[in-house]
Amino acid sequence: MKIAVCVKQIPDPATPYELDAESHLVVRPQDQVLDDTDRYGVEVGLQLAEANEGTVTLFSMSPSGSLQGIRQALAMGADKAVLIDDQALRGSAALTTARVLAAAIEREGFDLVIAGTESTDGYTGVVPQQIAEILDVPALSFARRVEAGDGKVTIERQTATGYDVVESPLPAVLAVTAGSVEPRYPTFKGIMQAKQKPIDNLTAGDLGFGDDDVGIAGSGQSITAVAPIAGRQAGEIIEDDGEAHLRIVALLEETKVI
Amino acid sequence: MDFAQSEEHDAFRKVVGEFADAEIAPYAEEWDRTHEFPADTVRKMGDLGLFGLPFSEKYGGSGADFTTLCIAIEEIARIDQSLAITLEAATGLGINPIHEFGSDAQKERWLPDLVAGRALAGFGLTEAESGSDAGRTRTTAELDGDEWVINGSKAFITNSGTEMTSLVTITARTGPEEISTIIVPSGTPGFEVEPGYRKMGWHASDTHGLVFSDCRVPAENLLGDRGRGFRQFLSTLDDGRIAIAALAVGVLRSCLEESLGYAKERHSFGKPIGSYQAIAFKVADLEVMTEAARLLVYKAAWLKDSGQPFKQAAAVAKLYATEAAVTATREATQIFGGYGFMDESLVARHYRDAKVLEIGEGTSEVQRLVISRGLGLPVE
Repeated sequence: MKIAVCVKQIPDPATPYELDAESHLVVRPQDQVLDDTDRYGVEVGLQLAEANEGTVTLFSMSPSGSLQGIRQALAMGADKAVLIDDQALRGSAALTTARVLAAAIEREGFDLVIAGTESTDGYTGVVPQQIAEILDVPALSFARRVEAGDGKVTIERQTATGYDVVESPLPAVLAVTAGSVEPRYPTFKGIMQAKQKPIDNLTAGDLGFGDDDVGIAGSGQSITAVAPIAGRQAGEIIEDDGEAHLRIVALLEETKVI
Repeated sequence: MDFAQSEEHDAFRKVVGEFADAEIAPYAEEWDRTHEFPADTVRKMGDLGLFGLPFSEKYGGSGADFTTLCIAIEEIARIDQSLAITLEAATGLGINPIHEFGSDAQKERWLPDLVAGRALAGFGLTEAESGSDAGRTRTTAELDGDEWVINGSKAFITNSGTEMTSLVTITARTGPEEISTIIVPSGTPGFEVEPGYRKMGWHASDTHGLVFSDCRVPAENLLGDRGRGFRQFLSTLDDGRIAIAALAVGVLRSCLEESLGYAKERHSFGKPIGSYQAIAFKVADLEVMTEAARLLVYKAAWLKDSGQPFKQAAAVAKLYATEAAVTATREATQIFGGYGFMDESLVARHYRDAKVLEIGEGTSEVQRLVISRGLGLPVE
């Protein structure tokens, strides 16, 4: 089984993000880390590969020259990586990202594509479904439990109240939730082996995209302004004079909680 | 001079640090309070490959350098000294003698589980009336047919009584002027593990007295050469000194990080306590001690990894780093004031735990002896 896992390298969430004054884009440092939500996708991929004699190939788009996050995922046990690292990709919107990743995945061949539900820096949460649409295969989202084999994939799809069992023929695209599995820690052996694993470096051009198809130009959108979010307002303290419960009920009704 | 750590060392340090933060930090206070040896967490450390770091890939190890093991011990010690000493003792005292001096059959039987962290081994050297003075060992092993018959007792043996312990290797008198080392599997009749000690610190680390009463093990359980096994083992003691010093560096870092955070957050007379020289200078001293200890430890590890003599460097690192750790835990507790005296605070736990660093694997006095002899002084 050929398993493609989409991973994203992001600036370390432990350090404050910096926005470029002109483009309003996040300034991407040299040493980006693996998005924590992608550790779940990688783990699901590795478990399915172990159960189905499969291979795990990582796909990542990253106009930063960074390899640290990719190496983290390789150290967990993925077999190889395809990295589309090209300055022309800077400022690409979600749909452009999906087009580029889908093109790279199609070029390599796949039975199953796995991605996290949403990235920790952009939070658009639409790339997996867009990739499925472009590749013309079913998309399964919010997967918290995954089984695959015999040409099909079965998941438990997390819902607000429980889960649905969803089944699809392969090939398909799968978006997994954080908490679906317990991601393994890379071992020292894994870290040493990651250094030797192949990373194919592609440009947008290698996948048939012109400079105007990708990046800010190709995205058909621009960030016109950025403003800090409003600080949190102090909460209302309700003193209990025997009637506090009425005020609380009224507040809950106001916010449509009850 | 260059003993910089590689990109892989840094990546591994980060992984072990994350592991310690996620898998150990939330529970360490409870284990300390209940004196619980967390076997499941130790097995997770095994899954991470920590017990196999410096050992041969043939037995499931990683074939990593000694620096890598020191990094792992330091990162765990930052959060919990009990689990750091569990790792240090398991590798240095439990696995190392078998890995270095065991027969092929002994290695094949015992190493795979030990290296994978599915099992633990202890090393029984110390007795009630003799510590580093091994010449006074009173435990005896007499050959009776094809079995050793062991009688005597051992004291303060780490990892000797856990549910994961598969064996202890003990030193025993096998002749009038002859001390040998013998493998005793857990559960052997006549091998009794006494209840755990009431210790000042390292509450989650497993330590017991052991009693041997006509305990019989096969003759082939002799480890290394008869009459020489113990001396062979002594040649590996310098490694343990560096490893304990690495543990002390983890403690120092923790004291520095905790104190720095608290000095910024805690206010007194309307200002952060870190704005007063009395506190700020203590934190500055913690930084100096941490940096000095770190450099001594990783220089000693680098000397060992690059095949150079390191006996003196190991003793210097052990002496300085452990004494600095005791000082640092006392000062960090002082910075935290009343909160630092509360048993559940991390600095209080470090304070109680750190003292034994000046005692185990060669006391500070033994280190000074080694160092002064290394300088050519005819000290007795």
